[in-house]
This record gives sequence, C-alpha cells and structure tokens, in this order.
Amino acid sequence: MNAQVSLILKLAVLAVLACVPLTGESFYVEVVSKMLVMAIFAMSLDLLVGFTGLVSLGHAAYFGIAAYAAALLSPKYDAASLWFLFPASVGLAALAALVIGLFVLRTKGIYFIMVTLAFAQMAYFVFHDTPVGGGSDGIYLNVKPSAAIGGWEPFDLGNEHHQYYFILAILVLVYLFLARVLKSPFGRALVGIKSNEHRMQSMGYLTFRYKLGAFTLAGALGGVAGFLYAVMFGFVTPELLSWHESGNVLLMVILGGMGNLVGAAVGAFAFEGMRGVFEGWTEHWQLLMGSVIVAVVLFLPGGLSSLPGRLRRALQGGDDK
Amino acid sequence: MSQTNKSEVLMVAKDLTRRFGGLVANRDVSVTIERGKIHVLLGPNGAGKSTCINMLSGDLPPSEGTIHFMGRDITGLTAAQRSRVGIGRSYQRTNIFPQFTVLENVRLAAQSRNQQPWRIFSKAMEQEWALEKARACIEEAGLGKRVDWLSGVLSHGEQRQLEIAMVLATDAQVLLLDEPLAGMGSEESAKMVELLKRLRATRGILLVEHDMDAVFAVADVITVMVNGEMLECGPPEQIKNSVAVQQAYLGTEESFHV
Amino acid sequence: MDFATFLIQTLNSLQYGLLLFLVASGLTLVFGIMGIINLAHGSFYMIGAYMAFVLSSATGSLVWAIVLGIPLALIFGAFLEWALFSRLYKRDHLEQVLLTYGLILVFEQLRSLLVDNDVHGVDIPAFLGASIQLTDVLSYPVYRLAISAVCIVLAVALYFVIQRTRLGMMIRAGNDDRTMVEALGININMIYRVVFALGVALAALAGMLAAPISSVFPNMGGQVLIISFVIVVIGGIGSVWGALVAALIVGFADTFGKVLLPEISGMVVYLVMAAVLLWRPEGILKKG
Repeated sequence: MNAQVSLILKLAVLAVLACVPLTGESFYVEVVSKMLVMAIFAMSLDLLVGFTGLVSLGHAAYFGIAAYAAALLSPKYDAASLWFLFPASVGLAALAALVIGLFVLRTKGIYFIMVTLAFAQMAYFVFHDTPVGGGSDGIYLNVKPSAAIGGWEPFDLGNEHHQYYFILAILVLVYLFLARVLKSPFGRALVGIKSNEHRMQSMGYLTFRYKLGAFTLAGALGGVAGFLYAVMFGFVTPELLSWHESGNVLLMVILGGMGNLVGAAVGAFAFEGMRGVFEGWTEHWQLLMGSVIVAVVLFLPGGLSSLPGRLRRALQGGDDK
Repeated sequence: MSQTNKSEVLMVAKDLTRRFGGLVANRDVSVTIERGKIHVLLGPNGAGKSTCINMLSGDLPPSEGTIHFMGRDITGLTAAQRSRVGIGRSYQRTNIFPQFTVLENVRLAAQSRNQQPWRIFSKAMEQEWALEKARACIEEAGLGKRVDWLSGVLSHGEQRQLEIAMVLATDAQVLLLDEPLAGMGSEESAKMVELLKRLRATRGILLVEHDMDAVFAVADVITVMVNGEMLECGPPEQIKNSVAVQQAYLGTEESFHV
Repeated sequence: MDFATFLIQTLNSLQYGLLLFLVASGLTLVFGIMGIINLAHGSFYMIGAYMAFVLSSATGSLVWAIVLGIPLALIFGAFLEWALFSRLYKRDHLEQVLLTYGLILVFEQLRSLLVDNDVHGVDIPAFLGASIQLTDVLSYPVYRLAISAVCIVLAVALYFVIQRTRLGMMIRAGNDDRTMVEALGININMIYRVVFALGVALAALAGMLAAPISSVFPNMGGQVLIISFVIVVIGGIGSVWGALVAALIVGFADTFGKVLLPEISGMVVYLVMAAVLLWRPEGILKKG
C-alpha cells in the first residue's frame, strides 16, 4: 500500500469516527469512546511489544495508576483543572514505569513476562489492600475536570460530545507522536534492539537506557489512556490494574498485528467489538473469547492480521503456506 | 611484511585467564594489537580463540588479567562501552539485522557514534552525517551495489562484508574480526583479503582465522593457541619454521599445508 | 509475638510454602525443560480444588476425591500436552502467553458452567479433624500438619525421581541439552508428556489439599499462578530445588508479613522478589 492510499484511508476512518456523535445515540458514543481509549492503551503497549520486543504482561498497572491518580488528585466536590490533572496523572504513571522498569529490565524473555506481571500485581495490591484508593471497592471521580483557562472554557468534558472529540483528538495526537518517535534515531534504535539486542550493544548502544526510555514512554501513554478512562466513567477500581486487563491489552496488540500502530488500534476495536457481540449472546462470553484465542494461535500462527494475506493466496489458488 | 613504518600500539591484553567452573578456557594469554598490523589468532577448534576475542571485545569478562586500550585500562568495560572507545568487532556467525536494508544496518552503526536518544522528534533519515558515513563505509567494504537491498537476502560473503561495513561505521580503531573468511568462496575470499589489507593502513586488526592461505597472505603477527594457551607468537616466517607449532599440529587434521 | 504464636506461624509458613512448591515445581519444570510459559498452570490448581469439592461430595470423603482426582489430573495433563502444548514448543513466548491465556478463560467458564460461581467448603477427612494442643489457649490443626507431611513426602519422591531414575536422568539431560537427548535416541515427546502430566497432577493435588483450608472459589487459580511465577523468578527457571527454597521463602514472607506488616501484607512477597532481582536477576539457584 503506498503512502498516499494509506493516508487517505486513515483520514477516511478518522472522518467516520468523527461522525459517530452525529448519530445522536448516546450508547454508540459511549461504546466508541471506550474503544478509542483502549486503542490508545493498545498503541502504548505496541511500542514495547511490537517495536522494542519487550513482552510486558503488566501494562495495566500504568493505566490503573493514572486512573487512580486522576480520581485521588481531584477535589471531592469540585472540578480539578484538566491542565493540572492530566499531566499529573500521566506523570505519575510514567514515574511508576520508570521505577518498575529499573527492576524488570534487568531480566529477559520468560523472566521479563513473569516479572512485569508480578510488579503489576504488586501495584494491584497497593490499591486493593491499602486504604489509599478505597480498597477493593474503588473510588469515584465525582466531578469531571474543567478545561477552563482563566475565564475561558474551550470545551466541557461533562458534555458527552465534547468528551468524545477530546478523546478522539488525544488518540490522533498519540498516534502522530508515536509515529514520529519511531522515525527518530531513538525509535530506530528500539527496532534495532528488537531485531538484535546483542549486536546493538556491540555497536556501542547502552540498550538498557533505550529500553528504559521505551518502558517509561509506554507507561506514560498507557497512563494517558487510564486518565481518559477515569474521566469518562468517573469510577476506578483495583480491577483496572488486574492481570486480566494486562492480558486483554496484549491480546489487542496481537490481534491487530504487532509492530503496527494502526493495527494496535484496530485490534482494540476488534477486541471490544468481539466482547460486545459475545456478551450479547451469552453470559459465558469469555468461553467464546478464549476458544477464539486458542484457535487463532493453533491455526493462524501469524495472528488475525495474517488473515487477508492467507485469504488472498487461497483465492488466487496459490499454495497456502 | 608490514607496509607502514609508523607503528603505534593500540591495544594490549596481558595474561588473560578465563575459567568456566573448573575448566580453564584461556590461561595467561597476552595479545598486542598495533596500528598498521594484522594480528592473527590461529589454532585448532577448541583452542580458546573465541574465548580470547570475546574477552577483548567485552562480551566475556576475564577471570584474571588486564586489557589496555591506548593507555587506558578497559578491563572492566562492557562490550557497549568498549565499542564507544573505539573497539569494533564482527562475529563468527553472521550477526546483522536481517530485516533491515544494508543502508539501515550501517546507518544504525554510524548513529551509535552520536546517539542523542533524547531527540525523539528528529527524523533519523534526515541525519545527513550518519547517512553519508554509512554510504561511505558500505562503499569501502565493497557493497556499493547493494545499498538498498534487504540485508537478509544478501549472499553469505556479502553479509560478512556488511559486518565489516558496520564495524567501520563505528569509527573503530581496532577491528576484532572473528573468522571473516569463514564459508566464503575463493573469489569472495580474495576480495576480503584485499579489503583487510586496505583497512590495515589506518587501523589495528585482530583476526581469528582457520584458512591457512589467507592467514599467511595477510598476517603481520601470528599467535598460535593450543588448549587455551599461547604456544608461540611472532611473524609468519617464525611460525612457519617453528618446531613447537609443527609438533602441535602434526597428526591433527588441521596441519599446515604451506 | 510469643513463642506459641511464632510456632504456629512457622508451621503455617511451612505448610503454605510446601503447598506452593507443588504448584511451582511443575511450572518450573515445564519452563526449564520445554521452554514453555504456561499461564494456565494456576487453572490446574483451581481445577484440583473443584475436583476435591465435586468428588468429595459424591464419594463422601476428600481422601477418595484425591485417590480419584490424581489419575484424572494425569490423564487430563497428558491429553492437554498431546492436543495443545505439543504444538507450542517451537513457537515464541508471545504465542504461548496468548494460547494459555485463552485457556484460562475457557477453564474458568467451563468451571462456571459445570459447577457454579459460588464459594464452597470442603470437609477435612474425619481422621485428620483433630487439633494438637500447643498451650492452654492455642492449638494446631492436624490437617495442616498432614498437608506438610504429604508435600515433604512428594518433594523427597521428586528428588529421587530426578536424581536416581532413568526418567529423571532424561529430565535432567533434557533440561540441559535437548539435542543431546534426541541424539541418544530418547523419545523426547514422551518425556515432555510425562513431565507435563506430572506438573498438572502436582498442581491439582495442591488444589485438592488446599480446598478444605482456603475453600473453593472462582478465579482461585490466578492468585496462585502469579505467586508461583514469583517463586520461579526467585528460584531460577528450571531449578526444582530453587523452587523449593523460593517457595519456602515466599511462604514465610507472606505468612509473617500478614502478622508483622498487615498494612502491606499483599506486597511483601513482591518486595522480596524485587530484592532478589536486584541481587541476582537470574534467580538464586539459576542453573549453569
């Protein structure tokens, strides 16, 4: 696909997304809002899994930490300033990722997977067992943050449509940001680390620092998603940090094909869509979800994203390999 | 045999010993690498050549001994840190980024000299200095016609050349080359020998090699290793005539054919 | 803390640690020998606990449930290895994570369909129902001592299997050098199947033994899985003895953490892991 076609396609999808509030259906606006938030979350993880080769099974921690920060830093009966609350929440998520990264990046492979999971579980217990975040019941973010600057209020997050477009705008910004980062010398080095870390070291790259940078950045962007989630739903629980959430976001990345930012976003939409459909069928929707996952791994080694290529080859009568 | 009159000691390894559990892989190995000279490490399989080059490059910390580079003690430096001071290495098994183009492989190597990882908004492909250097090194290694190829589809010999180009792009003063001629055809091999002779003029080279013809064609100094120890070290004539070396090789399949 | 309390907590730590060892030993063997990361390993513990509940209700005794449950778990493990895991050996870790994550969802939902989503108790066998009087006011249940005893017996048995038998020799060889084992003409697929089934059975047994103490509840496997990961990380991948030492460390840290540092009890185990990572990133008893 050449660059122009790809750009036109992306703009077309963006246009469609921009039209969702025009349907006037509150339900759709909320469903798609959540998909957009999850798309940001999935892209943030893709920076680690797809581009740096770090399979983190604890990414929900940063999502949840930012969500809790948003709730805890908001006054109980008053609106916080968005321009303080947003960067503060994201900053705390980044800080957590930086500290945890110092530990987990000392490990590799299976260890890394297990250790990221374990640290996320530790973060889960911080909110589950201690009173800081209301324990297992979670806490409310009662009043949505205000976007007012001085006396001027550019938009109102209490307005469902404003909130939708705010989230959409952040998604676009995160995408553009990551796309740019990946083109930078830093981003190229990350891809080099994924391909052959040992060789990067022998060429003089202190790869630990690059990985720590990527881990922190991914944590911060995961925090962006978590912040938006907290603002949207006004309620956070420790389950946001649970390892099921970490597993789900990893699934989204893989569904969309790793190492592809748009793919990660598509994976998030596909996952949330599948969840919606299955939930409509049965309360045991996870049985269907689990079976689909098992089947995909067994029969489609390249993930769902390899499906179009396989179909094309099959239709062209070529040998399907 | 040396073509330069200016000889400058770049790297001195003294009494390197490496143990793996109870096994001694290297015992008291000393190597000197000088600018303008090619120093060849020779020996049968299992003689400890790889262990030695790994200690020099920082891939393996020595159990005992010291390594100095241009007067500075670098024994405690990691591989990445040694690359930064000017020691480059290539690997026995081709070790590149197969899904990148030739240019990107070497550009990454060039980028390593001025990393600026915090500049996450500049575009790598707009760093002209790195691109120019990468192109120059690719040309120097004789891969000028393959710049935009995916490196994974290059022939084996070309991948070895690519390895050299990557080492060159890191401005290495000392090149540690682990069997650069392994698996090459005679024509490719001859080209590589020419390349090595050209590179020698401004750098110091340490070579691990099996191919006897090539060794004697390029070597200025040869160190023969047996069972993890140095058997003899000297110019090629001395090694050719050494009784100890001939005895060590007699009866082994890798005896000299010179 | 007076001496009697200390004694009780020590016994509890041992019992908990040994139980975790049963789960973690299978996990670390499967990691070490087959190179597989199995997120569904905690589900085997959950399945064991539910088998204890269902089978003891049907037969009237936990002992019968265990006698029936172990062969069932072995068969189940061998079947899973044949049907699913044998296809994962050559895949990367990410796909292993994915498939075994999918399996967790499947197992939990099947559990919900076949049993229900309630919390259930399991009765302690009558002959182990007594308590030992430690002081005038403190006593210790015999059942917990019995659990420790069973686990110790199994650990010793495992030691003999690994150190003294042909199977153990193959396991050790496979752990160190897969190609060598194949070159010797040993049927590596059979070793894998046996080891996997053994791991499933040990985890299920741990679940069955724990059922009367912890009761039986949905998602009980997840917690155990993560703790087992911590044990494997502390002990070193593939090292059964590392797993034993680490399991005991975790057992003590968790039990005494709850007594001494109740505010952060959930985190103590992870703090221990963090410390070990700083000290020895490859685990305290990493092979080689």
